[in-house]
Amino acid sequence: MFLINCPFCGERDQSEFSSGGEAHIVRPKQPTELSDDEWAEYLFMRKNIKGIQFERWNHVHGCRKWFNVVRDTSNDKILSVYKMGEKPPVNYK
Amino acid sequence: MPNYRIHKTEYIDETKRVSFKYDGKTYFGYEGDTLASALLANGIHLVARSFKYHRPRGIVSCGAEEPNAICQIGSKKDLTEPNVRATELELYEGLEASSQNCWPNVKFDIGGINNFISPLIPAGFYYKTFMWPKSFWKKVYEPLIRLSAGLGKSPTEPDPDIYDHKHVHYDVLVIGGGVSGIISAKMAAKNNLKTLLVDDKKTLGGSTIYQNNESVKIDDKLSSEWLKNEIQEIKKLSNLTIKTRTSIAAYHGYNFLLAKENLTDHLPEEKKRNKIRQRLWKIRAKKVVIATGSIERPLVFNNNDRPGILLSNSINKYLDYYGVTCGENIILFTNNDSAYETSISLHKKGIKNLIVDLRKSATSELIKQAESLGIKIYFNHVVTNTFGYRKINSLEIMKLSEDGNTTVGDKIKLSCDCLGMSGGWTPMVHMHTQSGGKLNFRDDDQVFLPKENSEDQISVGSCNGDFDLENVIDKTVNKINKFLDIDNQDYQDTNIICSKENDKRNIWLLPNKIPLGKTKCFIDFQNDSTAKDIKLALKEGFRSIEHVKRYTTTGMATDQGKLSNMHALGIIADTAGVKMGSLGTTTFRPPFTPLTFGTLVGRNVGKFFEVVRKTSIHEWHVENNAEFENVGQWKRPWYYPKNGENMHDAVQRESKAARESSGILDASTLGKIDIQGTDASEFLNRVYTNAWSKLAIGKCRYGLMLNEDGMVYDDGVTTRISENHYLMTTTTGGAANVLSKLEDYLQTEWPELDVYLTSVTDHYSTASICGPNSKKILNKLFPNLDLSDENFPHMSFKEAKLENINCRIMRISFTGELSYEINIESKYGHSLWKMCIEAGKEFNLTPYGTETMHLLRAEKGFIIVGQDTDGTMTPSDLQMDWIVSKKKYDFIGKRSLYRSDTIREDRKQLVGLLTDDPKEILEEGAQIVSDVKSKPIDMLGHVTSSYFSPNLNKSIALAVVRSGKTIKGQKLIIPMEHKNINVTVSDTIFFDRENKRLNA
Ligand SMILES: [Zn+2]
Repeated sequence: MFLINCPFCGERDQSEFSSGGEAHIVRPKQPTELSDDEWAEYLFMRKNIKGIQFERWNHVHGCRKWFNVVRDTSNDKILSVYKMGEKPPVNYK
Repeated sequence: MPNYRIHKTEYIDETKRVSFKYDGKTYFGYEGDTLASALLANGIHLVARSFKYHRPRGIVSCGAEEPNAICQIGSKKDLTEPNVRATELELYEGLEASSQNCWPNVKFDIGGINNFISPLIPAGFYYKTFMWPKSFWKKVYEPLIRLSAGLGKSPTEPDPDIYDHKHVHYDVLVIGGGVSGIISAKMAAKNNLKTLLVDDKKTLGGSTIYQNNESVKIDDKLSSEWLKNEIQEIKKLSNLTIKTRTSIAAYHGYNFLLAKENLTDHLPEEKKRNKIRQRLWKIRAKKVVIATGSIERPLVFNNNDRPGILLSNSINKYLDYYGVTCGENIILFTNNDSAYETSISLHKKGIKNLIVDLRKSATSELIKQAESLGIKIYFNHVVTNTFGYRKINSLEIMKLSEDGNTTVGDKIKLSCDCLGMSGGWTPMVHMHTQSGGKLNFRDDDQVFLPKENSEDQISVGSCNGDFDLENVIDKTVNKINKFLDIDNQDYQDTNIICSKENDKRNIWLLPNKIPLGKTKCFIDFQNDSTAKDIKLALKEGFRSIEHVKRYTTTGMATDQGKLSNMHALGIIADTAGVKMGSLGTTTFRPPFTPLTFGTLVGRNVGKFFEVVRKTSIHEWHVENNAEFENVGQWKRPWYYPKNGENMHDAVQRESKAARESSGILDASTLGKIDIQGTDASEFLNRVYTNAWSKLAIGKCRYGLMLNEDGMVYDDGVTTRISENHYLMTTTTGGAANVLSKLEDYLQTEWPELDVYLTSVTDHYSTASICGPNSKKILNKLFPNLDLSDENFPHMSFKEAKLENINCRIMRISFTGELSYEINIESKYGHSLWKMCIEAGKEFNLTPYGTETMHLLRAEKGFIIVGQDTDGTMTPSDLQMDWIVSKKKYDFIGKRSLYRSDTIREDRKQLVGLLTDDPKEILEEGAQIVSDVKSKPIDMLGHVTSSYFSPNLNKSIALAVVRSGKTIKGQKLIIPMEHKNINVTVSDTIFFDRENKRLNA
């Protein structure tokens, strides 16, 4: 059970949040210009990294805000939390 | 009756005699006993039959690791409990316990015959034998296995006990109240840290608390005396909470731990009632100190499982803590010093004993002490066999060869009535590994140890491999000072003298002249797996410890292999010729000891099992005899049976009334999302498949929402209340997810849009009135509202007052009838409903539930998302291409609608089905085929909705069928268990294709 530091509410139990999968996958601005393969790349392909992963979380039973989390999936340590639209921290590449 | 209670101890209150029943017979013990110690005091060792071979088994240990003494407690249908360890169960007046896993009784057990056919029950026996024929599984094999192997009986009635949950937060949690745990807790608490100390036993102090041996002295006192003093001191610390009878069940990430506190299990029946039985503690601790200690290892030799064979240290605890001796002529078999402490304790109480030591020699002060007391020691000897059926009565020992691989010389036969084994100690690393910690293997004494301690978790004491008391205090203090970043000097001058040394001679499988195939060297007592089974598994090609474990079932019983896992690993390593450290261990999974369901569930039982959502009209439905259906957390009226009607009859009546005159539905549960902002129209354009910009104020429109993969996700009607204000409705079950999804797009993909979403589902109650007479009823309720088709046409919205309360009225229809949905603030919902009913009386206004609603919409071919769709249906699959805008450049899911897969023509598509026999009602979920003769039968699809329509007087169904769009009129078959039903593919709209009734 993680403790997640919501950038708007502070530290809360994981049960208040829902996970939204990999972060920084931008919805293509012009989907109709894309080939099936290009669209499938956006739609289906996720990295599922063992190690440092950038993820989206939603404080669904709290402020309802979406935000980003840097998590090491090998030990579940959350290394950083930042708001939507903010640049991901560079020290975790 | 024999009495093995030979001396008084401070932990047994001999003034409080306690009677209890074991296997139907009455015995006596004392307050302070466990069931196991009381049984042993009465000379009872034989407590079980083994799982596979039904061999007689006795008490082995004094704690959570006990594999044999597993009992059924009580016999009441609601309170009986299986799989309780007699070694942990505190004795109370009136306790009734019985042995498990034996029929008709432990002394005469029919299953014992398995012992003689044991060569036929090797590793993987169940996998190999009970394979074919398949039909035998249900009828022959499984009942047979269950009958002969039954591990206790479950209660058959609801548990009347009360259970509780508690959330707590601490700076420091210390697990285990032995020497190192107590020191750690004291240091933390004295340094102003809010500290919790838990221990699974009734008293603190671990194994040191009952040590009366001069071999360890602290500050010139007996170690037990010194520790009692420490315990007195920590009890005075104000920011230390001590919880005894509390065991950690699981250690999750982020220092989140679950603990079970036993509150009444030790109390007599009449004192248990109406109290909380067990409490689940949900603990968040900033730092965790693991001080869970270690457990003694058995030794693996031929017939090492007879009753009367115990762990050496357990013999010591039964003697010094409970005052009970496990025998009168005891042999201790050891590979290390610790059995000598037991020996000296026994000797002091006048119990005859001797020692068989695997080591060639040993020279610690402790051994010199034993020798000087005249205790006979056989160094370099090994036990090769034991005898005695219901209890051990003698054994054979032989000399070990130089390399320890074989035996040499003559057998020596020794008589005894009890054998203590000590194979050294296994650190309890369960908590460390559960928390995600890794292990290292220490070759010196063949133990797995925590590899590293993190900044928020540390292991101290013998669970960290620090076995000698001499160093343990020093080491613990240093570690805790560093871990908590404090500088505690309390123990600087503590002086410890210990005459015990650490060397041991580890041999996992002890040598024997008898071929292994003919021996019974047990590794897992509870699951009856032997050294032979492990070797066989290796011979058959199993290599991974996880596979060997499952194939031989070693370590898979209720004790989870606490005594067996290390030996299994050791024998695998020796046999395969690899280093034990390279094998890794099996996974230590929570719970550490079994938890009751009650503890896990806590107070969430009965009506508290799940959150229930009721509309404001709920009480009226109850008063009017509604049957309810769960939709998500909502309770929705399902149908309203009258005069003993069954569901079918009620639904036929309700749906006829709705079409012939009028019906009323509580539609309050539909999800409602208030959408406001200057970009609200643009937002709707992006989330629905159809166009919204041109929707006039005061108009309603149906929308279909897709996932980005093009599949239908939700649907509902949205109303434009004003220029920048919409009210969206969603399906009842989908409301929360739709809101999350919309927020997701708004916050992450389109933050530039000026749109605000608010869930208003609970704010409004909705009465939906339909039927040809609905306009007349509305007119009675809202006499000032112009209900003409010109002023208030289909798919439009008006605000009106009911008395002086504002209502939002939508003229929309899910039944195909003229229909109005009246929304009012929830607190007025009940009144609104009653006024509707009153106004509708003269028009036979009939309340109808979800079943009738489903039937009416099915007659019209309207889909229900989640019933006729399953996340694989595109709008086109549903024959709803009309709702997908061709002009809009983009909306959620648009690009996916022309992926190669979504444009396939042989996708499953929504069709209607008419049965050849109009009275035949299809089963929802039934498979659809075209040919039952060629095998395998080609599955074309399945029935999604099916009803008998009273308005058409025939059976109708919706289904999804391969290439459904192109096969109208085709005959298909629904194969059922006893017959095949013939159907014809039809249009999805069965009733009023021209929609005349909407304006009737
Ligand atoms: Zn928040």
